[in-house]
Amino acid sequence: MSLAAERLSDLALSPTGFLFDPRTGSTFTVNATGAAVLEALRDGGGLQEVVDRLAERFAIADADLRRDALEYVRVLRDHGLLPPGFELE
Amino acid sequence: MAFTKTVAVTGLNAGDNPGPGVAVVRSLRSDPEFQGRIIGLAYDVMDPGLYLPDLLDGALLLPYPSEGRQALFDRLAYARDRFGVEVLIPTLDSELPALLDHEADLAALGIGVFLPTRAQYDVRSKARLAELAADHGIPVPKAEVLVESSPMYTLHERFEFPVVVKGVFYGAEICRTLDEAVGAFHRMAAEWGIPVIVQEYVAGEEFNVCAVGDGRGGMLGAVAMKKLVLTKQGKGWAGVTIADDGLLDLARRTIEALRWRGPCELEVMRSADGFHLLEINPRFPAWCDLTAGAGQNQPLGVARWAAGETPSPLPAYEPGIAFIRVSLDQIVPISALEGISTRGETTETPRNPLPTPHLPGSIR
Repeated sequence: MSLAAERLSDLALSPTGFLFDPRTGSTFTVNATGAAVLEALRDGGGLQEVVDRLAERFAIADADLRRDALEYVRVLRDHGLLPPGFELE
Repeated sequence: MAFTKTVAVTGLNAGDNPGPGVAVVRSLRSDPEFQGRIIGLAYDVMDPGLYLPDLLDGALLLPYPSEGRQALFDRLAYARDRFGVEVLIPTLDSELPALLDHEADLAALGIGVFLPTRAQYDVRSKARLAELAADHGIPVPKAEVLVESSPMYTLHERFEFPVVVKGVFYGAEICRTLDEAVGAFHRMAAEWGIPVIVQEYVAGEEFNVCAVGDGRGGMLGAVAMKKLVLTKQGKGWAGVTIADDGLLDLARRTIEALRWRGPCELEVMRSADGFHLLEINPRFPAWCDLTAGAGQNQPLGVARWAAGETPSPLPAYEPGIAFIRVSLDQIVPISALEGISTRGETTETPRNPLPTPHLPGSIR
């Protein structure tokens, strides 16, 4: 299991969007978009899979979804929820 | 297996910086296997833990540690005779020096304890923490132990600012300039005496571990916690159990290096380059009830081992269990203060209340 997959599998994400990181004790609230990205990442998806998952739920152009997914991954990295070097490919 | 001994617990002060006693008692009471009695040992009539419902079967005032070991042992002998105390769980730093290395004397009174030796206790002191780094490779911040102020004036030659100036028992100030550090040195020396410890400041996230050692290098249990809410004094008002292998490994290595016996709390900072051990408190922390709530009842384990049961590892704990402390007013008839005020002892606790007192009728 990759470092990112291991990290993501540790996270406790509830259906309401409450996110608990059992390694650091930090808690977060994520919206439906954030939860969809996290679930796609936890399922092992790359950038295209994340974009496809979002496109199923939100009527937004692919280029915007791609940019938003990459930005969200940066936010997850900044909060230590993904390893520092993780890049969505 | 049912535990039926009579356990005495100290540290029943429960104000904004609570002692650990109430948490220890609540842990014991929360376990169905605990079928013993609990006697509260307090220093003050107004210690709030004396008045919590369903907490104590009896209570006794102790002499302050400044009155010396003999006064304490006389009172403990009385506690044994009067209440049948068989196990003592001391929870305050100031109590330990009088008890360490006197297990045989306590055993002669019929009272069991599960405590470190004096040597173990001394090595974990703030003043000697650096030895753990030198002798066992435990990462601790660089520190100097100072008995006079003159080295403070050249601190900038040896440390980068900020630094942390710590009292030998309590207190810590983060100092960003030499002037601040010199001022903090004098405040700490005036309040807690010398030595004063100057420690490298480690930036990062603070974590705590409540752990119990078997005295031979083994760790019987450990629960890691992240504080979620801090008081102005930096005390945790809420926290959550976490699972981090690196943190628990540091706890295991520390317990092994010290050959620690009994409960303790590790204060740990995680910075970019890993975990650093900041401090070791030689007793249960005030949040130790969380260990029971998370499935690893350390106070009950310590009570059992103090009573002579063979130590064995406690069960694993569950991460994601939180505590949120509360302040509330306890409403009691004034007679609740009677026994402890007049005789320094009582069996009339909220668990065993007095009959309704004869007071004047309602006042309109």
